[in-house]
Amino acid sequence: MRRDFAMLRSLPLALWLALAVVTGTAAPTLAADDAGGALLTERCASCHNLTGPATTTVEGIRARKGPDLFYAGDKFRAEWLEGWLQKPARIRPAGAFYGDHIKATDKWDVVDESTLAAHPSLSAADARLSAAALMQRHAGRERLQGVKVEEVSLPMFMGDMLFDKFKGCIACHQSGRDYGGLSGPELYTAAERLRPEFMYSYMQNPQAWDPRIWMPNMHLAAEDLNKLVTYLQMIAGEEEQ
Amino acid sequence: MSTRAGQGRFAIAVLLLSLLWAPLAAPVHADDAVSPRAAELLYRTYCIQCHGLHGTGSGINVRDMAVQPRDHTDSEAMSGLNDERLFKAIREGGPAVTKSVLMPPWGGVLSDPEIHALVKYLRKLCACEEKRGPG
Repeated sequence: MRRDFAMLRSLPLALWLALAVVTGTAAPTLAADDAGGALLTERCASCHNLTGPATTTVEGIRARKGPDLFYAGDKFRAEWLEGWLQKPARIRPAGAFYGDHIKATDKWDVVDESTLAAHPSLSAADARLSAAALMQRHAGRERLQGVKVEEVSLPMFMGDMLFDKFKGCIACHQSGRDYGGLSGPELYTAAERLRPEFMYSYMQNPQAWDPRIWMPNMHLAAEDLNKLVTYLQMIAGEEEQ
Repeated sequence: MSTRAGQGRFAIAVLLLSLLWAPLAAPVHADDAVSPRAAELLYRTYCIQCHGLHGTGSGINVRDMAVQPRDHTDSEAMSGLNDERLFKAIREGGPAVTKSVLMPPWGGVLSDPEIHALVKYLRKLCACEEKRGPG
């Protein structure tokens, strides 16, 4: 009896599989997922955390060679990701852990370029597969639930003031090519790379995403978070114009 | 009867012990005991980006800053700041001690014991003690 029920329960799956094989609809998708996953494991896993959870130790973040990717689907804009993987350009001026790539000079510390490695570039086909597989990773989905970015009207000079003077983001981030701090990722490309909801959520509480990251929680109010997301969207692409 | 009284005493002892334990069990990011070595690692992870590899206030971020970070090796200036003020500046940021917003609040990532350990590390960097006074 019990076995009969088990067979009945698995019947829809069996039917679906049979139908998929006959029509050829499921096979390419499954194959693509497998190929993308395998590619990530082969090419990316040595530098990126693909499975989570995030490290909770200082030693852990210092040892990191690239950003965590187990919530890539919550973080990135898919179209940007596929393009960047084919033509990667440095986003973190001093690398994944800045402390490993700086040297003292008479004036101030500078980035030691000789210690920085370029990110490998992928073929168009591999980039498509990898980006698709990365966009399936949603470990941070719950944190984005309820995040609603509101469009605000913001004159550029007010955005500059907020970013530079009032909140001090400029201390660690560049808001233009060659202007700003170097220990955090450049932010004049942030809105090209990142989903608005992710930018909002990360700025609201960086440690919710990355418990030991060296970006402080600035206790930003919703109004300022909306303004900063808007500002990042305003400055994105300015350098190319 | 005596067994019941014994159980009662045991329950009270457990309760008292748990009350004693409660403050220690409060959520902190790290163990209460933060070693000098761990404090140095914290400094070299969170602080050197602005205060520099040698703690002199010349980190990789300073070039475009409107206000320069404090030189932690300046014995005279650092001895004028008491430990309480240093703790507050790290935990709550520059504006909490009427200083620049460019010094952000680290209370969201560093525990109180870690910040206390950092204050001790700053005293080592400046090779100075706090002066008595308002700070």
